[in-house]
Amino acid sequence: MKISVVSGLIAALIGLTPVAASAQSSIYIPLISKGFQHQFWQAVKVGAVQASKDYKVTITFEGPESETMVDKQIDMLSAVLAKKPQALGFAALDSEAAAPLLKKAQAEHIPVIGFDSGVKSDIPVTTCATDNLAAAALAADKMAELIGKSGEVAVIAADQTGKSNIDRRDGFVNEMKNKYPNVKVVDVQYGGDLLQASEATKSIILAHPNLKGIFGANEGCANGVANGIRELGKAKKLVAIGFDSGKAQIDNVKSGLLAGSITQNPVGMGYKTVEAAVKALKGEKLPKIIDTGFFWYDAKNYTKPEIAAVLYQ
Amino acid sequence: MAATSIQSRGSLLAATLVSQDTRRKFLAFASLILIVVIFSLASPNFFQSANLMSILLATAVNGVLAIASTFIIITGGIDLSVGTLMTFCAVIAGVFITFLGLPLWLGIVMAPVTGLVCGLTTGTFVAKLKIPPFIATLGMMMVTKGLSMVISGTKPIYFTNTPAFSDISMGSAIGAICPRLPVPNAVLILLVLAVLASLVLNKTLLGRYAFALGSNEEAVRLSGVNVDRWKIAIYALGGAICGLAGLIIASRLNSAQPALGQGYELDAIAAVVIGGTSLSGGEGTILGTIIGAFIISTLTNGLRILSVPQEWQTVVTGIIIIVAVYLDILRRRKPATAAGPAKTVATV
Repeated sequence: MKISVVSGLIAALIGLTPVAASAQSSIYIPLISKGFQHQFWQAVKVGAVQASKDYKVTITFEGPESETMVDKQIDMLSAVLAKKPQALGFAALDSEAAAPLLKKAQAEHIPVIGFDSGVKSDIPVTTCATDNLAAAALAADKMAELIGKSGEVAVIAADQTGKSNIDRRDGFVNEMKNKYPNVKVVDVQYGGDLLQASEATKSIILAHPNLKGIFGANEGCANGVANGIRELGKAKKLVAIGFDSGKAQIDNVKSGLLAGSITQNPVGMGYKTVEAAVKALKGEKLPKIIDTGFFWYDAKNYTKPEIAAVLYQ
Repeated sequence: MAATSIQSRGSLLAATLVSQDTRRKFLAFASLILIVVIFSLASPNFFQSANLMSILLATAVNGVLAIASTFIIITGGIDLSVGTLMTFCAVIAGVFITFLGLPLWLGIVMAPVTGLVCGLTTGTFVAKLKIPPFIATLGMMMVTKGLSMVISGTKPIYFTNTPAFSDISMGSAIGAICPRLPVPNAVLILLVLAVLASLVLNKTLLGRYAFALGSNEEAVRLSGVNVDRWKIAIYALGGAICGLAGLIIASRLNSAQPALGQGYELDAIAAVVIGGTSLSGGEGTILGTIIGAFIISTLTNGLRILSVPQEWQTVVTGIIIIVAVYLDILRRRKPATAAGPAKTVATV
């Protein structure tokens, strides 16, 4: 009971702030992301804020602390809907859990724009997303190329429930299975934060002495893989490939601890989400999916303008 | 029993603990050895020096947090804030070293000092304002977690400009003396801290009062001891130790990760209870806690080495915690019935 008093107080405090923010403009578009601790989400926010300035709308950007907190995200969704927004950007942690609230939004004629992993339903007018299956397949192609198309590899993913995490894991594993019969994915482990990902990496390397490569499927995992390899003194003896960017990860690519990484285009994702919301409000027709793209970067190409533009520090 | 003075209660307590302890420590240690043997038989990759070193390193952060928790749990309290307080201290070190560019030593000192101040605050809430420890530390958990995010701007703070910082955890003072044993400093810090904490708990007034508070706080108060002051001191000590954990993790990851930390308090509590410390207070040992921390990290490592799916790793760890604590309860019940009610003093 005391916990509910505390959370009630906090909810009241949070509820107060965006009201002040929405005074600037009459069009209010809240974005609910899947998290905010990774630099990825901060970059999505940067793009969204840029678009809000270009299109003169007010946005808020929030997300739960961890990508497992489905309930927290639902609370956030219900709080922003109570503020009668004109449109909504939403990256669902769990589409089913959010379904009743999204139906409510639909009934109130609030266009919903899915982003990142999107929303599994026909309610969103469009979804601005990275094709994670294809992006992870590219990581698998690069890995296969770098290890000479045969040998043992492993995967570290953030968790086993989030859709984009599952897609990246499966995209990588299936590409190996279908295209490279001599490459064997010997282990898939999960590391929710940097420390856990480091520990998981070390265990995998020690358990599989013949391991040739590891794929870290997000920012925390990629840096965890790099960290684990460094701690075991195996730098450059293993091919490590990451996903996403961020300062530490770019440094790891520069130093060669990571052979390279796949980057999404988070700034573009944030921008296009707000842009799509504005277009939807104007009644423009939108495609069902807006692909925000992905790129391979390594120590050789990360300074090229087209790559540098999508990397975030 | 009310007539028993603190001194004789203390010595009685000490005597009870020693006799019970040697047996219990041996059993806890034996179960750790058993786990190691099982994993060694199950996989040839488990018992190799690199992996054993990896287990040692993986125990450092949880071990230090568990030591902090041990003090507080012995007083009959609980500390839910250890994980996020650790992160907060790491962030403060980052602010001093990276943001403000102040000397390295100052940032290093600030981590435990920050922990100490937060511990003092929590202790004051518990002792003076009579807020139950569960609530006071829950509040502190949220406050420190939020502040870490606010101060860091939700971004990791890197220590890339101060390469020496990573030596706190990853350098090896032992390796410098004996090159064949490159034990990382993080492990050395854990072991030294364990010895010091053990001395504080068993040889100082602070330790005596920690046990006494957990056994019967009212009796201690009635005998004229300033209970509040000692309680605050114990929470402050716990906080300072969390600051040390903050240094270890920040140094190991070469960054203060503001989002990390929640959930670490439960691992710490698990290590404490596996180590035989009673959640109702009044008894416990540092050695037990350290063994508990090693049991958890060995299990996690071993199950990963065997490529057990993560879902099942969590299930197994949960079962082990329950079994370990139940065995401990059984062990405790037997001598109590055999030797008569006198033995139960420690658990009152």
